[in-house]
Amino acid sequence: MVNKLFEQDLQVINIGLTSFADAIDQTGGKSLQLDWRPPAMGDKFAGTQLAKLVNQPEVEAANRVAFERFLSAQPVLTGVGKAKDAIPNFGSRTILHSGPPIEWTRMCGPMQGAVIGAIIFEGWATDQESARKLASSGEIAYSPCHHYGAVGPMSGVISPSMPVWIVKNLDRGNMAFSNLNEGLGKVLRFGANDPSVLERLKWMAEILGPAMNAAVQQIGGIELRPIIAQALHMGDECHNRNAAASSILFKKLAPALLKTDLTQATITKVLEFIAGNDHFFLNISMACCKSMLDAGHGVERSTLVTAMSRNGVDFGIRMSGTGDDWFTAPAPMVNGLFFPGYTQADAAPDLGDSAITETAGIGGFAMGAAPAIVQFVGGTPQDAIAYTREMLHITLGVHGGFTLPPLNFTGSPAGIDARKVVDTGIAPVINTGIAHKDAGVGQVGAGITRAPLECFTQAINSIAKLF
Amino acid sequence: MATAQRIIKNLYRDSVSLMQFSEKVRELDGIRQASAVMATENNISLLVEAGLLLQSVPASPNDLMIVVDGKDGASVDAALEQAEAMLKAKPTNMGDSGVQNMPPRSIEMGLETMPAANFVLISTPGEYAAAEARKALHLGLHVMMFSDNVSIEEEISLKQYAKNNNLLVMGPDCGTAIINGVPLGFANVVRRGDIGVIAASGTGLQQVTCLIDRLGGGITQAIGTGGHDLKSEVGGITMLQGIEALAADPKTKVILLVSKPPSPDVMKKVLEKAEESGKPVVAIFIGAEPANVTQANIIGVKTLEDAAVAAMNLSQGKQVGVFSNALPAEYASLVEPSTKKLIQTQKYVRALFSGGTFCYENLLLMSELLACVYSNIPLKKEYKLKDVWKSTEHTAIDLGDDLFTQGRPHPMIDFRLRNDRIIQEAKDPSTAVILLDVVLGHGSNMNPAGELIPAILQAQKIAAEANRQIIFVGFVCGTSTDPQNLTRQEELLRDAGVILTKSNAQAARLAAAIVSGR
Repeated sequence: MVNKLFEQDLQVINIGLTSFADAIDQTGGKSLQLDWRPPAMGDKFAGTQLAKLVNQPEVEAANRVAFERFLSAQPVLTGVGKAKDAIPNFGSRTILHSGPPIEWTRMCGPMQGAVIGAIIFEGWATDQESARKLASSGEIAYSPCHHYGAVGPMSGVISPSMPVWIVKNLDRGNMAFSNLNEGLGKVLRFGANDPSVLERLKWMAEILGPAMNAAVQQIGGIELRPIIAQALHMGDECHNRNAAASSILFKKLAPALLKTDLTQATITKVLEFIAGNDHFFLNISMACCKSMLDAGHGVERSTLVTAMSRNGVDFGIRMSGTGDDWFTAPAPMVNGLFFPGYTQADAAPDLGDSAITETAGIGGFAMGAAPAIVQFVGGTPQDAIAYTREMLHITLGVHGGFTLPPLNFTGSPAGIDARKVVDTGIAPVINTGIAHKDAGVGQVGAGITRAPLECFTQAINSIAKLF
Repeated sequence: MATAQRIIKNLYRDSVSLMQFSEKVRELDGIRQASAVMATENNISLLVEAGLLLQSVPASPNDLMIVVDGKDGASVDAALEQAEAMLKAKPTNMGDSGVQNMPPRSIEMGLETMPAANFVLISTPGEYAAAEARKALHLGLHVMMFSDNVSIEEEISLKQYAKNNNLLVMGPDCGTAIINGVPLGFANVVRRGDIGVIAASGTGLQQVTCLIDRLGGGITQAIGTGGHDLKSEVGGITMLQGIEALAADPKTKVILLVSKPPSPDVMKKVLEKAEESGKPVVAIFIGAEPANVTQANIIGVKTLEDAAVAAMNLSQGKQVGVFSNALPAEYASLVEPSTKKLIQTQKYVRALFSGGTFCYENLLLMSELLACVYSNIPLKKEYKLKDVWKSTEHTAIDLGDDLFTQGRPHPMIDFRLRNDRIIQEAKDPSTAVILLDVVLGHGSNMNPAGELIPAILQAQKIAAEANRQIIFVGFVCGTSTDPQNLTRQEELLRDAGVILTKSNAQAARLAAAIVSGR
C-alpha cells in the first residue's frame, strides 16, 4: 500500500522547475532542488539504460562483492624480475604499452619513440632506422600492459628483458607488475631513445633490478598499503607527488641493501639513483593499485571501474562486469602548468597507465591530502579538498586504509561506479604529467584532466544489455 | 563480562585518530573499555598489561587491532561489527575546510543530502522524464511526473513497477496534486479535511478542491493520475491504486473521482474498486450520464461543482443533495440586465480558457442551451474551428492546447495570448459575452486579475467606440490561502465589471442564458 506516504512528512527531491520547490517549502513540505542536467550528456538511450541499473539489486550485490575484494586486497612487493620471466605468457617479441590497444601507425610520438628504444635495447635492431622498420613490420606483438596485469607510466613500454616490480595480492593471490622508474629528463617513457637512455636501461636491467630484488628478498616482501597510507599523511597523493613515499621506501631499502652481498660501490650507486628521483615510488604505487583493482575485476554485472588508462591517442576504461572490453574515447588534453620554454602547443594528449592510481582512489582523488599538487592548475588547498569531495559522489565508498588529514581523516574516495559517473556527469579527476608530443623531449609540464564521460556511457550501455 | 578482539588487515591509522576512534567505540552500547591500535609489539604488550588482551598475539604492525571489554558476548560482538563498519563508512563530517558542498546532481546524490526523501517531482523535458522516474522508483521513492511527452509504453512499465512495489506514479502529464497538504506542481493551498480526491484532470482537480475549500470543507489527499491513466492500455493503474489507498486511509471519509469518461473496460474496473472501498464515493466523469455511474455507494454527478457539493454533503453526514440544471437565483437575476446591454448584432459567447477541462465542461453545458458551439476541442467534429485563431459563432477555446503553447509559457502564466484574443473578440460586432477562467495557486501567474484587467478595459473601450458593451463573465478557481488570494482577485475583477460566478459550470450556464434566443 502506498498509504505509508500519508503518515510521513513529505520530503521532495525536485527535478526541473525550481518554482515547484519554492511552493513546497512555503507550504510546510521540504524540498531539495537538484542541479540536474540530462544524464549521459543528453543521450536519451544511454540515460534510459542507466536508469535500469540504478539501485538494481543484482548490480548492487555484484558491486558489494567487487568493492569488498578491492578493499581487502593486501598488495605486497615481492621482488623484481625480468619481464619475460616474471610476467606469465610474455611472448618473445612482445612489447607492452600503456592505455587501451593501439596499432603502431596510430601510436603517439612518445610511444613510438619508446618502442624504437625498446627494440634497440632488446637487440632486435641496431639503429633507429632498422628499429622503425621492424616496429612497423608486423613482427612485433603490441599489447596493452593491462592485458598482462602490468602498468607503466607514460608510454608504459615494457619489453621482455626489462626489469619489473612484482606485486602479489595476498588476499586473492593475483599478481601485478610495473617497470622501474628511470627518473626525469630524457627517459624512455617519454619516448627518448638515445644512447644515454639505453645505457641507463641497461644499468637498470643488470644492476638496479637485481639489487632491488635482493633488498626486497632481504626484507621478506614489503606491504604497500601502509606506505601509501603514511605518504598520504605526508603530502603525497602517490601519483604526481611521490616524495614522501619514495623516502619511506628508501628507509626500508637502504638497511636491507647493506645486508646483501652487493659491493659498496653498487649499493652507493643504487641508493644515489633512488635518492635522486622523487618519483621512484610511482611505479610501485601503480602496481599496488593495479593489484587491488584486479582483485575487484571480473565480477559479473558489477559497474566498478577497474582501470582508466591512456595511450596518448585514446582514453580507455575497463569495468569489473564487462571482462576484457575497453570503452574508449579520444584522449583529452591536460590543463596544467608548463616547464619554462614549453606551452600547450607542445603537449601530447593524456598518456599513461598511471590513472590506475585515481581508479584506486588516490592520485587526483586524494588531492585534498596533497595541496602542493593543486598548484599545477593555479588552485588553492581548498580547491584540492573540493576535488576530493567531488569524487566522493561517484565512488562506491571510501578506502578506510587511505585516510586524508585535511578532510578530518576521511578515507579516500574509492571504487568508481560507472553508473554514478553517467548519472551525475561528474568525470573522474586525474593528476598527471604532460609529455611532449614529439618523441624523446620528455615531460613538459603537469596538470589536471578529467576522464572522458563517453567511456562511461559506453560501459553502461554494454552492461545494461544484461537487463 | 566479556572481551573480544578483531584484527583488520593492512589498515593504517595514525595514533591520534585511533585514540579518538577508541573513545567512540567505548560509547557504544554495553561497552566498558575499548582500544584501537596498530598491532605493533609495543601496543600489544600495553593491551596485555591493561588486561584488555588476555594473552599476547604475534605483532603485525600494518594491521589495525580493536579490543573491547563489555557486559556480554553479544554486546562486544556487536561493538566490533559497528566499529569495523565505522572505520569503513563514508564520512559525514569532513571537517570545516571552507569548501562548499556540491549541489546534488542526481536523485541518488540528493538522497545523500536528504536521506528521508520519499518523493520525486519531475518536470524535466519529456524525453528524460521516464528515466528519472525509473531511478526514483528503484530507490523506493514515490513519483509525480509533471512532464509530458512520455510514451504510453514507458508509462505502463513505470506504473506497473510502481504498483508491484507499493509506490505511486502520478503522471506523466500530471499538472497538479496535493499530498499531505503540500501542493505539488500547479496546485492550490487547500484546507485539510476528510475528502480524498483522485483526478485524471489537472484543472478538474483544482476546481473540486477549491470549491470544497470555498464550501468550508477540506481534503486529505488529492492524487493526480495524469491524462493517460484511464486509457485502455494503462488501465487506470494509478486511479485504482489511489482508490485503494484512500479506502484504507482512516482520515478519508469520502472519495471523489474526477475524469473524462474512461473506456468501458477501465470504467468497470474503477467502479468495482470504488464499490469495494466501502466508503461513499462521488464520481464525476465529465460528459457521462450520472445515472450510468450511480450504483451502490457510488454517486454519479454531472458537473465539477456538483461533485464538490455532493462530497461536502456526504462528508458532513448529510444527504447527497438534488442537483439541477437551472441557474441558481443569484445568477438568474443577472440575465435580463445583461441582455438589455446588448445590441442587435451581439449574439455569441466567446469563452477563452486557460484550463482544458474547464473548456470541455463548458462545451458540454453550453451545448445544452445553444445550438452549436465551435472549439479547437469540439464535442462533435462538425464544430471544429477551421482556423483556431478566429472564432465562429459561439466559440470556446482551450488556449492551453499544444497548438497555442508551442514556444510559449502556459496561458495560466503568460496572459499575452489570451489578452490579444480578448481584444480581437471585442472588435467583432457579434461578440456578446466573453467568458474567462482565472486559475490561482502555486505555479500560476502571481496576479492574474492584474494581467487581465487592462485587456478587459481596452476591450470595453473598443466596444464603446462602436456603441456596444461586452458582457464579461468569469470565475476564479482558487482559495483565500493561495498566494494570489481569491478574495482580492475577485474584488479586482468585479471592479473591472466582470460578472463572477463561483464555478465553471455556473459561468457556462449564465453565459449561455444571456445569449440564448438571440
